[in-house]
Amino acid sequence: MSEQAKTKISVQDLHLYYGQFHALKGITMEIPEHEITALIGPSGCGKSTFLKTLNRMNDLEPNVRIEGSVRLDGADIYQDMDAIELRKRVGMVFQQPNPFPKSIFENVVYGPRINGIRNKAELEEICERSLRQAAIWDELKDRLGKSALGLSGGQQQRLCIARTLAVEPDVILMDEPTSALDPISTGKIEELAMQLKKDYTIVIVTHNMQQATRVSDRTAFFLLGDLVEYGDTQELFSNPKDERTERYITGRFG
Amino acid sequence: MQARIRSARRTDEVMTVVFYAVGGFFLVLILILAGYIIINGLRSYYPGIFGTTSSGIGNQLFNTVYLVFWSLLISVPIGVLAGIYMAEYAKPNKLTKFLRISIESLSSLPSIVVGLFGYLVFILMTGAKWNLMAGALAVSILSLPSITTTTEDAMKSLPKSYKAGSMALGATHWTTIIKVLLPACFPRIITGVILAAGRGFGEAAALLYTAGQSTVINWNNWNLTSKTCPLNPFRPGETLALHIWVMRTEGSLNPNSEKIANFSAAVLVIIVLLFSLAARMITKHIGRKAVGEKA
Ligand SMILES: Nc1ncnc2c1ncn2[C@@H]1O[C@H](COP(=O)(O)OP(=O)(O)OP(=O)(O)O)[C@@H](O)[C@H]1O
Ligand SMILES: [Mg+2]
Repeated sequence: MSEQAKTKISVQDLHLYYGQFHALKGITMEIPEHEITALIGPSGCGKSTFLKTLNRMNDLEPNVRIEGSVRLDGADIYQDMDAIELRKRVGMVFQQPNPFPKSIFENVVYGPRINGIRNKAELEEICERSLRQAAIWDELKDRLGKSALGLSGGQQQRLCIARTLAVEPDVILMDEPTSALDPISTGKIEELAMQLKKDYTIVIVTHNMQQATRVSDRTAFFLLGDLVEYGDTQELFSNPKDERTERYITGRFG
Repeated sequence: MQARIRSARRTDEVMTVVFYAVGGFFLVLILILAGYIIINGLRSYYPGIFGTTSSGIGNQLFNTVYLVFWSLLISVPIGVLAGIYMAEYAKPNKLTKFLRISIESLSSLPSIVVGLFGYLVFILMTGAKWNLMAGALAVSILSLPSITTTTEDAMKSLPKSYKAGSMALGATHWTTIIKVLLPACFPRIITGVILAAGRGFGEAAALLYTAGQSTVINWNNWNLTSKTCPLNPFRPGETLALHIWVMRTEGSLNPNSEKIANFSAAVLVIIVLLFSLAARMITKHIGRKAVGEKA
């Protein structure tokens, strides 16, 4: 990690409650621009919950209460920003590939379309550019009119990444994007993530320690709603400061 | 262990036979019924039965289609919107529960009750004569609950990930509904509409005192405001189902009444069949365009 990296997202003392349940207990964290930040931790520790606070997908859940602040380029996303506008800047890729039951083309241009782009040529150009960026153009270029549901899981996931890229966000959140995929597809997605960090800021949740070390610049270890340790990935894995982190990454826990 | 697997397999075989038997039974039942009605009906054919005089059913045939058209025009948008509301907006509270009970009760109302309600509200209270629009409204009341429930169920059965995916791309809730959720449940909604239309085609009791038991149409009169213009929905408009009933009761003075009733029944069955087929073909076509051809 370069020392002078600019902060893209700044989280200050963030608490989240699902009704009575205290799911995030005061998270403070700076996410640098053009880097990959990995979130690790045992199941149920709040990784997905935290990720969803970054693009306000928690707004869709009933009975969620949030305290503290999340700033994107300095602007508070809960105070100063509309959730719809925010989600155009902070895209999300889910654990299970979730293409819409539409053609491949319609999936990719969904975002641009709802943003008002009607011109067919322009949409086609966006489609090609996004699919190329997601390294899946060659595989799909001859079947753009076919249903996205007919693709393999790995192809669907890269299609979903292309769909997110088509909106041209600044930040891409990925919630265990490879947990439903085989090793080859996983490798492709990891390679892709590393390509994309030139232009995007990426936050990725993973259960796979190797994946975190392979792709991420920084790693955050969560436990029971707390951020236990956060730092340079190499550093965190080779020389964890907290005993709980050490137990977790050496597999003696969770 | 072996014994358990063997017995499970035996049960599986037996149940498969049972399901085939039940399915086959209904298939045969429908074939016999429809076959009897259609054959018996077509044998009653005589030249001029499609005419628009008192010995023809041309007007009634037109009224049936026209009435179903209007009732769908009314009930489909309201039903679909209500279904969307129930699935996407209604909070899980007492009011919603009450609404759901109301919809369920509405769906089990006897059609004669709806007919008399329609007579009271659309005819007596407005001071109007029997008219096709009153009939269409009464039929709409009957088909609204099923369209609402079908839409709600279809929306609720969609994977949650569709909505999440769309919202995460910066779509609003409404855009998500219109562009992703609704198209995804289109085939099921069409099924609901077919059932509603079938109900409209076959309805008699609800139309008795609303659309009326008479029809006078002048096929050369295209002045919409005129009482005899075919397209004026505010004229009496007896439908085929009602005509069958009339031909078997008061109308039996008509020398051809039995033949007319039989033939009308056959025509009605054929219309419903054709309508279902057409609707399914359209769904398939639209589905293929929307979903994209299977890879
Ligand atoms: N909508 C919700 N309502 C109530 N509790 C929830 C909700 N979503 C998550 N939780 C709870 O919050 C805690 C954190 O959940 P979260 O999904 O963030 O965990 P996670 O770290 O992503 O786990 P996993 O690795 O299994 O995906 C869990 O205890 C979970 O049961
Ligand atoms: Mg999770």
